[in-house]
Amino acid sequence: MYNLTIAELAKGLRAGEFSSVELTQTYLQRIHQHSELNAYVTVTDELALQQAQAADAKLASGDASLLTGIPIAQKDIFCTLGVKTTCGSKMLDNFIAPYNATVVDKLNQAGVVMLGKVNMDEFAMGSSNETSYYGPTKNPWNTNTVPGGSSGGSATAVAARLAVCATGTDTGGSIRQPAALCGITGLKPTYGRVSRYGMIAYASSLDQGGPMTRSAEDAAILLQAMAGFDEKDSTSVDQPVPNYLADLNKPLAGLKIGLPKEFFTADLNSDMVATLEAGINHYRQLGAEVKEISMPTLKMAIPAYYVIAPAECSANLSRFDGVRFGYRCENPADLADLYTRSRGEAFGKEVKRRILMGTYALSAGYYDAYYIKAQKIRRLISDDFKNALAEVDVIMGPVTPTPAFGIGEKLANPIEMYLSDIYTIAINLAGLPAMSIPAGFINGLPVGLQIIGNYFDEARLLNVAHQYQQVTGWHQQVPKGFE
Amino acid sequence: MTTQWETVIGLEIHTQLATQSKIFSGASTAYGAEPNTQACAVDLGLPGVLPVLNEQAVRMAVTFGLAIDAHIAPHSVFARKNYFYPDLPKGYQISQMDLPIVGNGHLDIEVDGETKRIGITRAHLEEDAGKSLHESFHGMTGIDLNRAGTPLLEIVSEPDMRSAKEAVAYMRKLHELVRYLEICDGNMQEGSFRCDANVSVRPIGQAEFGTRAEIKNINSFKFVEKAINHEIERQIEVIESGNKVVQETRLYDANKDETRSMRSKEEANDYRYFPDPDLLPVVISDEFKETVKATLPELPHAKKQRFIEQYGQDDESASTLTSSRELADFYEAVVKDSGVEAKLATNWMTGDVLGALNKAGLEISQSPVSAERLAGLLKRIADNTISGRTAKQVFDKLWNGTATADEIIEQEGLKQITDTGAIEAIVDKVIAANPGPVEQYLSGKDKALMALVGQIMKETQGKANPGEVNKMLIEKLRG
Repeated sequence: MYNLTIAELAKGLRAGEFSSVELTQTYLQRIHQHSELNAYVTVTDELALQQAQAADAKLASGDASLLTGIPIAQKDIFCTLGVKTTCGSKMLDNFIAPYNATVVDKLNQAGVVMLGKVNMDEFAMGSSNETSYYGPTKNPWNTNTVPGGSSGGSATAVAARLAVCATGTDTGGSIRQPAALCGITGLKPTYGRVSRYGMIAYASSLDQGGPMTRSAEDAAILLQAMAGFDEKDSTSVDQPVPNYLADLNKPLAGLKIGLPKEFFTADLNSDMVATLEAGINHYRQLGAEVKEISMPTLKMAIPAYYVIAPAECSANLSRFDGVRFGYRCENPADLADLYTRSRGEAFGKEVKRRILMGTYALSAGYYDAYYIKAQKIRRLISDDFKNALAEVDVIMGPVTPTPAFGIGEKLANPIEMYLSDIYTIAINLAGLPAMSIPAGFINGLPVGLQIIGNYFDEARLLNVAHQYQQVTGWHQQVPKGFE
Repeated sequence: MTTQWETVIGLEIHTQLATQSKIFSGASTAYGAEPNTQACAVDLGLPGVLPVLNEQAVRMAVTFGLAIDAHIAPHSVFARKNYFYPDLPKGYQISQMDLPIVGNGHLDIEVDGETKRIGITRAHLEEDAGKSLHESFHGMTGIDLNRAGTPLLEIVSEPDMRSAKEAVAYMRKLHELVRYLEICDGNMQEGSFRCDANVSVRPIGQAEFGTRAEIKNINSFKFVEKAINHEIERQIEVIESGNKVVQETRLYDANKDETRSMRSKEEANDYRYFPDPDLLPVVISDEFKETVKATLPELPHAKKQRFIEQYGQDDESASTLTSSRELADFYEAVVKDSGVEAKLATNWMTGDVLGALNKAGLEISQSPVSAERLAGLLKRIADNTISGRTAKQVFDKLWNGTATADEIIEQEGLKQITDTGAIEAIVDKVIAANPGPVEQYLSGKDKALMALVGQIMKETQGKANPGEVNKMLIEKLRG
């Protein structure tokens, strides 16, 4: 039962082959059984069973959506009413959210069953899930390796069958990179497609929530429920949400695929190149035209990102001051002591590093040289994508430079860690939608293929991904020990 | 030779916009609620919340910009001003820095009969912080976030003022304007209209400005004048004793009537402004500007000119009666309702009505005598039902009760005697009874006539028309 996709489960639930309560119990049992993966920060057993009962009632009355009764894992960055919402930080270890994020509300309305809150890099800052206050989540394909990050708990949960699907958020690759390293399907929507209200901010101009699933079809179902304008988020876009399932089966004949030569340089090892080329060959067979394109500004994405994202985060994280909620140091001597110790004791190293970088970049005398310059680069990168997407329908490339790396391997070297997002970050700067789909294995570890589309062209991305999954079986592979 | 000093003053005025809800959340802005009962998740800066701009605040800012003939930015940007303070929930204030909504404008003030144009550099939208409460928490500080997120329009003038008097005139003019526009209630006790003053001095004739000090939070017209004058004296003293004025922020202490240093330029925060990524740029279309323009009320200066022309008022009366929109509206309602000559209404308004209000410490909106009831009184003066003197008695009764002028006149029997026969009899009686004053008058002492009129008025209990009495008496005496 736990190997079925959302689409398959929806049929089974309607046919009465099993109930949502049974399904939920199965998943809860698996979560507890595989706690060594450290995917969940909080498991909401009771709430899940209540939601499952309500879902069964809805299914019985015929008033159900495709997501009714489907067990889901929520990334612990989304505020969930009455449930601890930690954002992977000691700072929020005691924080029970008094409201639901819009995404959570929308999914609840669709009838999902929340199994719990899944682990993540602290405040979504990290590419390995190792910066979490709750310890690293493990990659089910090899538990000595990282699942990627920051949505590492989401990726592990879906890959190890500890949830049917999960929510993630992506600021520089945080959905796509863990999806690639764990062999699942992840979609970062266009900036503004999914409401950010109630999603704890890391870098507001880059953050975007999206689905993490076992298939493109499931991603379409989940995105359908998550997407849409929200008057509580001024940066969400008031544009109708298309039916993402409608175009899934459109043939790909004539599809124009661009491969940026800047993606396929000597930095990408031959195994990765070979795996991706095999993937792209499937598209050739499906009738797509593949051509090389050039995007010269891509190489500037990492430096620009590591100015803009830390600058925004340095302000976004100021509210964690020990005054109104979250961690407060013991016996503060005065106000300065309250601030410095509360923040000093509750933030981890990577979060502090980024707050410092961002504060520096915004400081008087440096603002123009860093922040303004980075914004100009951002514009150039967007223009590069705009030009490229005028020529081709989608852009393809790697998601990560390598498959999953070992736990502890890059933690001591932040620059090397930052480079794991080298193929994903530019897309966030441009605000475009992009997906990661499973495209093969190297030494038993999954490899992801990235598909980048034009603004609000999620339906095309899903179509392109789904067609691939009709002729390949990579997305159906299950890590050993979790079958 | 002693140096002659010139003062240079610029004002930054924070006006609290009179919106129903906060600038970035739906919480109420009403004053005086229990602490933290008007602070929603957004105002508290909870994790994950986002600001949504209140369109009413934008409309009010544009209204102000149009009223001071300013440039309205077609594209303005909210920025984060970063600093830590317990009553600043997010650790940054959402304000505007590089691209404010209102650009260059001006306001004309009058000082000693001279009109002077004061430049307004900019006006920008921002959110207010909460309040720190230091009393009654046993060494701790309480935080009240009711005010957090209240919309403010910060209006920054050019350094165009040359005396405390000019600064006060500018502040009053601005205060009058924002209330005219109904974008701010102007309540200074509640902090709806707050002023910071930038003050410097320089030797007369010197082109460059002297080093300025900023005096924070001076919340009454009286204090602005005192604080600035105090600061001018202090700076001149500093310079004349051979020292230099340092750039700093000073706080005015109204109790001690002095300013004291808060922080120097070196200690000033680096606010690390950058565009707020949670908010889109504010785009003001020409169309929007036109719709706002169409709703602009008649502005104080135009109204004053009209009062002079339409009602034949002198400059002073017109200034007084247009000093607030409510007062002007009240006056015009009285003129319209009564149908009397405007001059009568003007005299009553500037005299008795404002006198009584000032004495009672009331605003026109709190007047116990409504425009309608006052009009009822003026009608009876104009048609000679009562004399001006009797009218004052009736006004007292209007002030202290609820009856109309007609009811009071009826109940108290105050109607003027218009029956000439009855007056004539009394006149004859008084002439007969007062041979002395009659003799004096006839021998050329005009003053004696007054005594006789007084007698007659007494006999009629003031109900005779004094003009009529006078006329009749002279006719009779001259035979």
